[in-house]
Amino acid sequence: MSVTTADTHHDDHHHHAPTGLKRWLFSTNHKDIGTLYLWFSFAMLLVGGLMALVIRAELMYPGMQVVDPEFFNQMTTVHGLVMVFGAIMPATVGLANWMIPLMIGAPDMALPRMNNWSFWILPFAFGILIAAVLMSAFGEGNPSAPNFGWTFYAPLSTKYGPASTDFFILSVHMMGISSIMGAINVIVTVFNLRAPGMTLMKMPLFVWTWLITAFLLVAVMPVLAGAVTMMLTDRNFGTTFFDAAGGGDPVMFQHIFWFFGHPEVYIMILPAFGIVSSIIPTFSRKPLFGYASMVYATASIALLSFVVWAHHMFTVGMPLAGTLFFMYMTMLISVPTGVKVFNWVATMWRGSLTFELPMKWSLAFVILFTCGGLSGLMLAITPVDFQYHDTYFVVAHFHYVLVSGALFTLFAAAYYWLPKWSGVMPSKLLGELHFWNSLLSVNLLFFPMHFVGLAGMPRRYADYALQFADYNWWISIGGFWFGLSQIFFLAVAVRCAMKKGEPAPANPWDAPEEDLEWTVPSPAPFHTFDTPPVVK
Amino acid sequence: MASAAEKPYYYVPEGSPWPLSGSVGLCLLMVGIANTLHYPVGEVVDKLPDGTEVLRQFGEHWGHLSVLAGALWLVATLFFWWRDTIKESIAGLHEGKLAGSYRQGMLWFIFSEVMFFAALFGALFYTRWLIVPWLGGEGNNAMTHEVLWPNFQAMWPLVTNPDGSSTAIMGAWGLPAINTALLLTSSITLTIAHHALIAGERGKLILFQGATIVLGMIFLSLQALEYVHAYDMGLTFDSGIYGSLFFMMTGFHGIHVTLGTIMLLVCFLRILKGHFSADNHFVYEASAWYWHFVDVVWLFLFVVVYWM
Ligand code: HEM
Ligand SMILES: [Cu+2]
Repeated sequence: MSVTTADTHHDDHHHHAPTGLKRWLFSTNHKDIGTLYLWFSFAMLLVGGLMALVIRAELMYPGMQVVDPEFFNQMTTVHGLVMVFGAIMPATVGLANWMIPLMIGAPDMALPRMNNWSFWILPFAFGILIAAVLMSAFGEGNPSAPNFGWTFYAPLSTKYGPASTDFFILSVHMMGISSIMGAINVIVTVFNLRAPGMTLMKMPLFVWTWLITAFLLVAVMPVLAGAVTMMLTDRNFGTTFFDAAGGGDPVMFQHIFWFFGHPEVYIMILPAFGIVSSIIPTFSRKPLFGYASMVYATASIALLSFVVWAHHMFTVGMPLAGTLFFMYMTMLISVPTGVKVFNWVATMWRGSLTFELPMKWSLAFVILFTCGGLSGLMLAITPVDFQYHDTYFVVAHFHYVLVSGALFTLFAAAYYWLPKWSGVMPSKLLGELHFWNSLLSVNLLFFPMHFVGLAGMPRRYADYALQFADYNWWISIGGFWFGLSQIFFLAVAVRCAMKKGEPAPANPWDAPEEDLEWTVPSPAPFHTFDTPPVVK
Repeated sequence: MASAAEKPYYYVPEGSPWPLSGSVGLCLLMVGIANTLHYPVGEVVDKLPDGTEVLRQFGEHWGHLSVLAGALWLVATLFFWWRDTIKESIAGLHEGKLAGSYRQGMLWFIFSEVMFFAALFGALFYTRWLIVPWLGGEGNNAMTHEVLWPNFQAMWPLVTNPDGSSTAIMGAWGLPAINTALLLTSSITLTIAHHALIAGERGKLILFQGATIVLGMIFLSLQALEYVHAYDMGLTFDSGIYGSLFFMMTGFHGIHVTLGTIMLLVCFLRILKGHFSADNHFVYEASAWYWHFVDVVWLFLFVVVYWM
């Protein structure tokens, strides 16, 4: 048999792309698994979003209208869990799957079968968690879903937790297994499968930030597993880890949880940093300012994130030396964060900027994330945190960094790479509608939360004092508006999946030539870089 | 086709049903465990008029079957999955970069296990250095002590809990010391076996691999004996924080020894089948790393749980 072109030769090597259901269920292909992750996380975004709308519907007016307080607590809890573990984290893993091999010139993820396992655990884990909510809403006797907040503090989750807590614990174990396997896959891929010439300090920042995220995951997900295991035995076998009567301490739960929990927030934001660090240079037509300092800043954020956890516990009480230590360490972490923001701005400085959709989302991110960082800095000051803690001010802070932060960059990433994934350009009109509606509504939704928080409105209550009524009405309007705006994105994504739209060239954004992902055709073929490219 | 015989730059397996199957097994297992916790076997479910108690039998709740099915399903899945990888390994597909991936993957997995134990060690230190002294009134906690449990005395190991219940202490120099010696020896025998594998000395390899497995099994039997002894003395899982930590830490370690022993046993069978060669024995190496890791954890346990 004669080989005519490089392309047919390429096909000879490889069995053709599998088709039908098997393609998705049994996949060992990083692109397909990435796609699964992305759709799954979007589905979870909608599920978690519906729960948020239940919350906002109840809080629209003072007094009790829509749900009873028990169900309200279940909504805040499961909303948080679904968004953190089901929407944001899997979306970043999906991006890692799609982009890391393309960016470093690898044929696939290093351990493709384990990759598929990481994914397929998730639908089952969330099936368990969401089943608890459905049973609570519709089941006989309305058995309660987890209702203790996404931070599941003892003793709310141990002594007083509903029966579903044990199911919740085991589903968290499953999510942990999935995350750890996914993270190991990323680390090994980056260390082992870089194309010749792709030295560590040539890697795109998205790869760097994900590598460091993966370290954080492998380091802290097992600690979370330890925490929920102790919960499980406290609940079922009479141990007293979190019970002072037996010599334990509920505060110990908080320490262990936040030792996981603070690095966890960076697990959600570091990939976002990587995404904007890819996008801003492209649309500024300038190389990223301060590449090396970005790498070092990311690494120092990750290291510092292990020694700031008790800033979530200032009001709980700890020795003064501890309080001071955690306060100063937390403030210190804003230095590398500031370096990043500075570098993004400096990249744009005197660039020939254009404002396509990915750039719009990235700019919104830079500004709004900085707002969230500033409120974080306020919260880090212990004496004033005594006032802010457990109010809507904290809710405003973390939604600025997570929604207009992490989630916005996920949209930026989607608009940026959808041409590569699907082969068609995302609809401009729908995209603009999605962006402007989201941008305006997200601020209407979260900005007033600062005010009601400063004025003392506590979080996690189904009702509030009358003086907060006006702001809450606006917040709810913002919430519904933001929720509905996401339908535009659903339309964008479905159109791309159905290949409706302008066909995309290989490098639609004129991205820098050293970004390998743009050297392959759009849509990216099923197998890319079977033989590695040589990077100069 | 000539090109088919060529080895790929990096072997990417074709689609495989095992990952999905493993998720189904895991889900059955987890749901089963949660249900079994709520409907445990042996719980009193009824009292007959004559006073005899009716206990829940195995299988009276579907959760019990779900645990069993899930566990078997998972084991079967891993068996088939690893059978595939063994075939690939024998076909020589694991050489080069892929071998490196497996190796690094295993090391990071062990690191994640280290972090799991770190959480438990953290709990031990926090309890010992902070909670117990604070409950005893140290620092600015005089009122805590006065108001909550004024008769409580801080000490470690905590024999009398704040609520007045009490427990017993497990000494270090009986069975635990013997077990330490056993595990240390097993690490040495394993290393000898590993060197024999590399040197191609099959007889020596089989002998020392077998010895390592036997040492592991003796360790586990002695630990079981120790647990029986502990329960006789009153040191139980639910006897306060000392018992909680003791059983949680040594128990999880024991589970890891069990896993390690199984891994070594599988390697043993594969040695008999002649699967490993001096330069292609990743699974063997991985099991050895795992065993050494378990050994090191034990040394820490021995020092901080039993001895000090
Ligand atoms: C400049 C950097 C940051 C600082 C100084 C900071 C500081 C803080 C502090 C002190 C709190 C505790 C407030 C309280 O409960 O009283 C807090 C809460 C929180 N932060 Fe940040 N933060 C920063 C960035 C981030 C980022 C980047 C994320 C996530 C992407 C994040 C997510 C959260 C979350 C989720 C909570 C609330 C957890 C809860 O109680 O439910 N923060 N932050
Ligand atoms: Cu934090």
